[in-house]
Amino acid sequence: MLELDAITAGYEPRKPVIAGISLSVRPGESVGLLGPSGCGKSTLARVAALLHRPDAGRVVIDGTEATGWRHRAPRSQRTAFGVVFQQPRLSADPRLTLSALIAEPLRATGRAAEAADGAREFAARVGLGEDLLGRRPHEVSDGQLQRACVARALILRPRWLVCDEMTAMLDASTTAALVRVVEDYRADSGAGLLAVGHDRVLLERWCDRTVHWSEPAA
Amino acid sequence: MTTSTVDAVTTPVLDVRGLSVRFRMRGGRFIRAVTDAHFTLAAGERLALVGESGCGKSVLASALLGLLPENAETAGSAVLGGGPGAGGGSGPGGGSGPGGGTDLLAADERTLARSIRGRKVGLVPQSPAAHLTPVRTVRSQLEETVRELLRTPRAALRKTAEEVAERASFPADHLDRYPHELSGGLAQRAATALALIGDAPLLLADEPTTGLDRDLVERTVDELARHTGDSRALLMITHDLAAAERIADRIAVMYAGRIVEIADAGDFFGARGPRHPYARGLLDALPERHFTPTPGMPPELGALPEGCAFAERCARVSEKCRVQPLFEDAVACHHVSLDAPEALEAEHA
Repeated sequence: MLELDAITAGYEPRKPVIAGISLSVRPGESVGLLGPSGCGKSTLARVAALLHRPDAGRVVIDGTEATGWRHRAPRSQRTAFGVVFQQPRLSADPRLTLSALIAEPLRATGRAAEAADGAREFAARVGLGEDLLGRRPHEVSDGQLQRACVARALILRPRWLVCDEMTAMLDASTTAALVRVVEDYRADSGAGLLAVGHDRVLLERWCDRTVHWSEPAA
Repeated sequence: MTTSTVDAVTTPVLDVRGLSVRFRMRGGRFIRAVTDAHFTLAAGERLALVGESGCGKSVLASALLGLLPENAETAGSAVLGGGPGAGGGSGPGGGSGPGGGTDLLAADERTLARSIRGRKVGLVPQSPAAHLTPVRTVRSQLEETVRELLRTPRAALRKTAEEVAERASFPADHLDRYPHELSGGLAQRAATALALIGDAPLLLADEPTTGLDRDLVERTVDELARHTGDSRALLMITHDLAAAERIADRIAVMYAGRIVEIADAGDFFGARGPRHPYARGLLDALPERHFTPTPGMPPELGALPEGCAFAERCARVSEKCRVQPLFEDAVACHHVSLDAPEALEAEHA
């Protein structure tokens, strides 16, 4: 169970972007969080993925309360999450080849020996051919780069996935393909999903249930 | 601009014939970004060019604005504004086309800069926040463009800029703000206001809705449609099929650098549906439809196959597909003539 309990968070003192928001995702469940741009839903997603420390409130991951965020989070909690962001260009190190990009989480957790095989396996899952794996981000399209970012999010086999507008930059076919990759992974692994977005039709089709964020920071 | 002559009615605003763009790479390789594109756009018409990322649609837009990098080679023609009274750009080096228009591919930089960009072609950019100058207010940027394009005397600049802002529904009390102080929607309107200043007969919108939420997408494209009106033509390049459906009269589908189908928007999204298998796959991928992706990915533009570029992803591939299909009767596919609506139904069942 991923529980967000009365979360208040923001980027400046006394100016919370979200205040007192609660949300929970059961194991294996997929929840779509819908809201207009600027409502704070991405901030909540970042808090849930332990990437942004809230000013108040609790995040409980599979029964254990989170005590640290970002690099202060214990590795076991950090690696429980796979995160995919909206803009692949901003979330990919331009110096890495796609193969290195996909395998980066393995290297970062001391499993460099598995990097080559892991990258190949997960690249195949997202439909990236071997010929693309040696390229750097500027040599591939947005769609291809986002495929690599999804592979990177899955490579540590996380129990929780947080997808923040994962498909907003993508065409319909790539969107459908990447949603299928995520759903196939979840069917295999039983991972839970928090998908954040503004596309109601997409999230209602994708997720078990959707939560509407009608009032910003309410 | 007066457009009441007979010629203005019969001559398209933009006539693109056999437009190809390829990039010369190291080792004598070529990236064929656009191959043999044909289409026309009349005043009052709204054409949406749709396709996956990397299919060449933005290169086509850059070609029309003369904004291609040095290593690009072009072929074909893109004649803007044929007919008398509209050919003002065809001075020396201005590449005259039939009917006295300007061939955008042949025009030199001087002609493009002085009489085409902003004056004949208004660009609504992909990311307005990046298009605007970050260190100057919206008012200052509007005034500069008004001064350059309309030669408005200094005393009237402020008022004209405010009118221009109002035309694009940009709120007057935000004029003194800097781009980073604007929301995505307002930045979009500021960019649209700039694009409209020169009263250009062709509006070119390159992915105008990327990253906007659904309400804002709808508002943005509705405004583009309103600005197109009866006197302008709109070419909207987008991967957002819902946005295309909302405002376009016609849909052009691009795949691997080629336009593979041009259809009436009503037919394309309606009961008849797309005719090219790729276009059908694109619609079927929508979450409100089958939500099934077309397997595989488009071929690399640097390594296009001899025959139909879609063949390796196509369920109906046959021997014939080894040969490049001709663009006939508004579609480029060997199998279309065989298609009866019932056959398509059976395939989807």
